[in-house]
Parts: sequence; structure tokens; C-alpha cells
Amino acid sequence: MTSVSIRDLTLKFGSLEVLKSLNIDIDEGEFLVLLGPSGCGKSTLLNCIAGLLDISDGQIFIGGNNVTWTEPSERGIGMVFQSYALYPQMSVEGNLAFGLKNARMPKHEIASRIARAAEVLQIEPLLQRKPAQLSGGQRQRVAIGRALVRDVDVFLFDEPLSNLDAKLRAELRVEIKRLHHRLKNTMVYVTHDQIEALTLADRIAIMRNGIIQQLDTPHEIYNRPVNLYVAGFMGSPGMNFIEGEISGAGDSDFNFASTQIPLARYPFAQADRPNHAIFGIRPEHVSCGTAASDEPFSTDVEIEVVEPMGADTLVWAVLDGKEFRFRVDGQSPLHAGQSIRIGFDPAKASIFDARSELRL
Amino acid sequence: MTDATTLATRPVASTGLVDGPRGGKPKRAISPRNVFIYGTLLLVSIYYLLPLYVMIVTSLKGMPEIRLGNIFAPPVEITFEPWVKAWATACTGLNCEGLSRGFWNSVRITIPSVVLSIAIASVNGYALANWRFKGADVFFTILIFGAFIPYQVMLYPIVILLRELGIYGTLWGLSLVHTIFGMPILTLLFRNYFTTVPEELFKAARVDGAGFWGIYFKIMLPMSLPIFVVAIIIQITGIWNDFLFGVVYTKPDVYPMTVQLNNIVNSVQGVKEYNVNMAATIITGLVPLFIYFVSGKLFVRGIAAGAVKG
Repeated sequence: MTSVSIRDLTLKFGSLEVLKSLNIDIDEGEFLVLLGPSGCGKSTLLNCIAGLLDISDGQIFIGGNNVTWTEPSERGIGMVFQSYALYPQMSVEGNLAFGLKNARMPKHEIASRIARAAEVLQIEPLLQRKPAQLSGGQRQRVAIGRALVRDVDVFLFDEPLSNLDAKLRAELRVEIKRLHHRLKNTMVYVTHDQIEALTLADRIAIMRNGIIQQLDTPHEIYNRPVNLYVAGFMGSPGMNFIEGEISGAGDSDFNFASTQIPLARYPFAQADRPNHAIFGIRPEHVSCGTAASDEPFSTDVEIEVVEPMGADTLVWAVLDGKEFRFRVDGQSPLHAGQSIRIGFDPAKASIFDARSELRL
Repeated sequence: MTDATTLATRPVASTGLVDGPRGGKPKRAISPRNVFIYGTLLLVSIYYLLPLYVMIVTSLKGMPEIRLGNIFAPPVEITFEPWVKAWATACTGLNCEGLSRGFWNSVRITIPSVVLSIAIASVNGYALANWRFKGADVFFTILIFGAFIPYQVMLYPIVILLRELGIYGTLWGLSLVHTIFGMPILTLLFRNYFTTVPEELFKAARVDGAGFWGIYFKIMLPMSLPIFVVAIIIQITGIWNDFLFGVVYTKPDVYPMTVQLNNIVNSVQGVKEYNVNMAATIITGLVPLFIYFVSGKLFVRGIAAGAVKG
């Protein structure tokens, strides 16, 4: 059963096409994350689903109803904003009650719904306070509560954690996940933070210039990006990209400079391969030292810079004239100027056509 | 309690550094800079306050004392008679009711104009800022353009307009004129204010099911009291001080205070009663003066907002 369906959604501002014929089906109870850099149209898409922006073409269905022309309040959605958007002159209770009062709900019903939401979000002691008297985390909790009391099928989150500091963000992230497990509502979540996307999502939609590049599970997106853009966008530090040539038809090799990487283990999607290609391998899929020699491919690199980050250490090295990053244990004694053996399994790599930038 | 403390308390000399200034840099009370700044401020305030002083002093003197010609001298014998006369019995033309009638006329002009213009302009500004309806930009441009058209151009057409509406020469006619002429600047003021209200707040209210008026009254209005105060100050002082519209669009019975003041001061018959004129002028200026003093900081903001007009 699909909860939200988007059909050929197009949005134009004048002659500028912001969203280009999008199609998405979101299952009931699914947590979908819209991920992309700023200006990719992810927030715009969310605003279209919410009904806050008039679309140029296409249809939107929520819970089986065509809501394309329906007012935001009648779409069965609740929305949480980045800036919390709490009504400053109202108490927390007033904020929670505002939508219900507008819907002319009886007083006792409003009270019981607020009590339930406050209990779920643990904001009971804050009900009489004004938003200005709350901390960032508390405010965001109230903002979630405002969506919660309306008892909607679909929650829309517009970068809800971006205004919080790193520690609080991590805490609230877990709380949102917990909330999702508990409520089992459909949630659509916009973020530019890939960690949030990877940790929260059932599926991630990666957007760029108003087009969805890939819509898949976090695992697939991380391990099998469909194109060069997705590969480069996901992962921090990003994937290593090396331009070169593919030689041979069967058990082919990837050649660049004087290095040859065997591709026998790489699961090619199709038989015919272009000559010119880009080879990508994630820094965390590279092993070094003695473990490197056991990998199907290994070579020596010169270390340029070492960036210790506590739990692990990022090493910037030079592999046959190309910049190459890899990740080692935080306790690693590596230092700049050193030469070390690294290796990886080409099966974990991603290879893209240099012209079309699509995965091979 | 070992290395750290010994490091911190080690005498300066032993590190080879010369002991010298420590702590905040001392400031001199009388420096050339201060003398210049406060001297200038003092001079300018005297320049502006002197006329006021002369007015007050003169209004408290009797005519014989004024004829002596010492305009800066304080009154030998303080009399409030000129004030009473200016308020209650000074003559303009045929009637001799003083300024009191003009005062009440002005009140009856100012209150509806202020209320009406602010009510309309705030909704205008809200609609322009938050509900970007089709043609909003064109509408706004036209409205702002209105602020730059000299009043003189519109004087006569409006006379005809008011005559056709049947309210020429009435307080309501003048109120309508003030409401219309307050519209560009007030709309600009409110629009600029409402655009600073986060858009997400507006979106949240829409998701919560509030409509155009619901959002205006329940969300925007309670958030924008400061700008309403600023608008009230701008309008009260502006409309109270208006002379041109008052003299053009009203008849002698309903002349506002400013027009009546002019008639008292400029009446050519008999002796020039400087003390009465001074008292009348001060009385007329009391309302804006009172507003300035009460509103203080907010008024400065009003001026800054008005400065957008250019």
C-alpha cells in the first residue's frame, strides 16, 4: 500500500524548471530521505508534497487521495521545519493546540491529544513555557509535537536538525528514529547531511538539479552508486576517482599511468565496456600494511598528509601520480613521507563510463 | 599543584620581559576628542533649544513686558493669561473660541485616519509580503510610485473627487485623504517588516489550517506590535502636523488645529499678541512633542524606517 505517490511532478518558476517530471512511490510506514546539495530541489519537492507550493504539472496522491489541489491542512500531513517555526507569542501548549483549534476540535479532545504528544516527546514540564524559554532541542521536539497532535499519516521533515549543534543532532536523530519505530507513520525527510540520511532512511532519494539520481536503500546507494555523481556525493571522505582505460573483453584490466588493476572480480552490469572509464574505490575499502598483500590488488604509495580524526585516521597518499585517500585505524603510527603498501578488492569498487558517468 | 602554578606565578623579570602596562588601558575624561564631541553637541542643542526657550518665556509675559524688547529675559511677572486666551478666547475671523475647537477637530481627524490607514496598510503589507498573489509586484510598484508624486499635483483632482463623493469640506473627507496618502509609506513599512518574519512560520500556520485572516490575526498581529507602534507614531505626528490638506479640504468650522493656529497668528487686525501666539504654537505642538517623549526609542526606529522613503 503506497502512502504517498508522486506522478510526473514538474515545477517551474518562470522558465526555470526546478523539478523535472518526478515519480516517486512511498510505501506506508516508510522512512524516505531526500538527500542532495542545496539548490537541488529537495526542499521544494517537500513543499510541493505539503501543498505549500503550487505545482506546474503532475499529480500528488496521499493515502490514496488525489491531493494535487488540496489545501496543506487537508492533506493529512504534518510538517517540521528547520527553524522550528514555533509561534513565538504562544505557549508550547498553544503551539500544539493551534492546528487543532483551527480544525474546530472539541476542547477535551485537544487536551487529550496534547497530553499524549507531550508524553511521547517528554515535553510535559514545558507546556506552559514560551518558545523563547526553550533550548534548541526542546524547540524542535515541540515542533515535532505540533505535527504529532494532528494525528496525520505522513510526516514531512525539512532539515529539522540543521540548526542544532552536533551532539544534540546525534541525540535527536536517534529520537526521530525511535519515534518512527513507535508511530510507524510514513516520513519524508529532507537533509543535506548524508549521515542523517544513511542512519534514518529505509530508502534514500539522491537529488540533483531537480532530478532524482538514485532511489534505493542506503546500502545500495553506498555500495553500488548508479553514477559518478552519487558516488562522489555519498561518503565522507569521498570516494577516490582515477581516470584510465579498460583493456580486454573478458577478464579485463583497468590501466592508468603504469598501474594495472585486475577487474576479474568486478561485477560488470553489462558485457560491452567503453575504453575510457573512471575507477572509484572508497577510502574505507582500502587496507594497508601486511593485510594489503592479501588483497587481489596491492601496490606501494607515498604518504603525503596524515589526518588523525580520533576513531580513525585519514591518509592522503600518491598512487602512481594520482591523489589517493585511505582510512586506517586511529592508532596507526603512519606519518608523512613514509612509503607503504596498500591493497583493495576491485569487487568493492565502482567503475563508471567516463563519458556518460553511469555505472558499468 | 606543581609545574602549572610555578609557571603562572613566576616573576616577570625572570623571563627577560620588561614589566609595564597591565590591565585595561586608562581613559582620560578630558581629551581633545571629548571636548570636540561634547562641545559640538552642546552648541547644536543650544541652537535648537533657544527658540523654544524664547517661546516659553514670551508666552509667560504680559504685553507691556514684551514691548520692552528683551526677548531672552525671563518674565518678571509670570502670567498664564496668554495660554488661557490662546486655548479659549483667541479670535480667528468671526469666531472667538480660541484653539480649543481646532484641537478637537484635529483629534477627530487624526483618530479615524490613523486607525483606518494602519488597518488597511498592515493588511496590504501582509498580503504583499506573505501571499505573493499574481501582480503583487506591479501593485507594490504602483503603490510606492505614489509616494513620489508631489502632493500639489493631486490637490485639485481630489477636491473634485471629494465633491462628487459629497464629503468635501467634512472631517471624513479629510480623514479619507490622510488615509490614502499614508498608504504608500505605511504599506512599505509593514511589508518590509512582515518579510522579516520567517517564512517557515507562515508555512507552519498554513499546514496548521489557518487561512489569510487567521494567520494575520493570530500569528502576524501579535508578533508585530513594535511596528504598529512605529506606524502609529508616524501617522499621528504626520496627520497632526498637516497643514496643506487641512486648509484645502476643510471649511472653517472643521479646520484642524494647525490651520487655526495659522489664522490666529496671522490675523492682521489689532495688536500682535506675541505672548498669545507663542502659547498657541506651543499648545499645537504639544501632541507631537508628547508622542516624541513617550515613544523615544521607537520613534527613532520609525524615522529609520521612514528613511527608506529616500
